[in-house]
Amino acid sequence: MLLIPCPHCGARPENEFRNAGEAHIARPAEADDAAWADYLYMRTNPKGVFIERWRHIHGCGRFFNCVRHTVTDRIIATYKAGDPRPSLDVLRAWSEHAR
Amino acid sequence: MADPAAARVHPLAVLGAGSMPGAGATLRALPPACRISLRADPQVAAAIAAAIGLPLPEAMCRANVLGARAALRLGPDEWLLIGPEAAGESLARVAMAVPGPASVVDVSHRSTALEIAGPRAVAVLGAFCALDLDAAAFPVGMCTRTLLGKAEIVLWRSAAECFRIEVWRSFAPYVWNCLEEGRLEFFI
Ligand SMILES: [Zn+2]
Repeated sequence: MLLIPCPHCGARPENEFRNAGEAHIARPAEADDAAWADYLYMRTNPKGVFIERWRHIHGCGRFFNCVRHTVTDRIIATYKAGDPRPSLDVLRAWSEHAR
Repeated sequence: MADPAAARVHPLAVLGAGSMPGAGATLRALPPACRISLRADPQVAAAIAAAIGLPLPEAMCRANVLGARAALRLGPDEWLLIGPEAAGESLARVAMAVPGPASVVDVSHRSTALEIAGPRAVAVLGAFCALDLDAAAFPVGMCTRTLLGKAEIVLWRSAAECFRIEVWRSFAPYVWNCLEEGRLEFFI
């Protein structure tokens, strides 16, 4: 079982959580059909480091952001919802640290 | 008209009467209680705590006990207040009197509570709950929402070998039976 560190509660077993898809997808203020479809349906789906939302549904109930490697399932870092998307340099440092 | 008191049955009235006493861990259905779900920013919550005379824990996943009342911090802006059944109405009334954005909901009858206690309590819980319940990771006074089997519970370590479990009343027999099954291991 994965241990996922909730930014509010600390490390918890994965069955307390629900995945909620890619993080940092902003709703466009104005969009034509193509842009709207892109917002609704298109995701990056990378092989590698991925930033996604999780919800600690059977815990504090909060959504938060999680940096996970999609091949190894290694959780590199988690941070609170609303915190800015980490820069590439920060991601690299976190990845090194989590290795 | 039906007498509401006569129709009231504890969700664990039948199961609770038949629990085998065992040395490893004992199960006990707890009496009905007053429960208030409080959602508010910590500053507003602090004002409410002052008004009701029950200090709210500032640390996440910790419980404060004052006499027969307790406050459990379950989320960054969420507390569960538990008290004697008779305290329900007054607790809600006082909390509602506090200005500021907050949600105060009486959830007394949503849940029921049981207690598992004894030197094997951690092992019995561990049969169905994935949390690390070692005293270092889950010390006395810690509380949290979690899963026990497939049911969501609030687990609170009230003493070194004693846990209070809050569970939605319709899930209570399931949780009870899970724990009874876990206890069987320690009758041999
Ligand atoms: Zn949490």
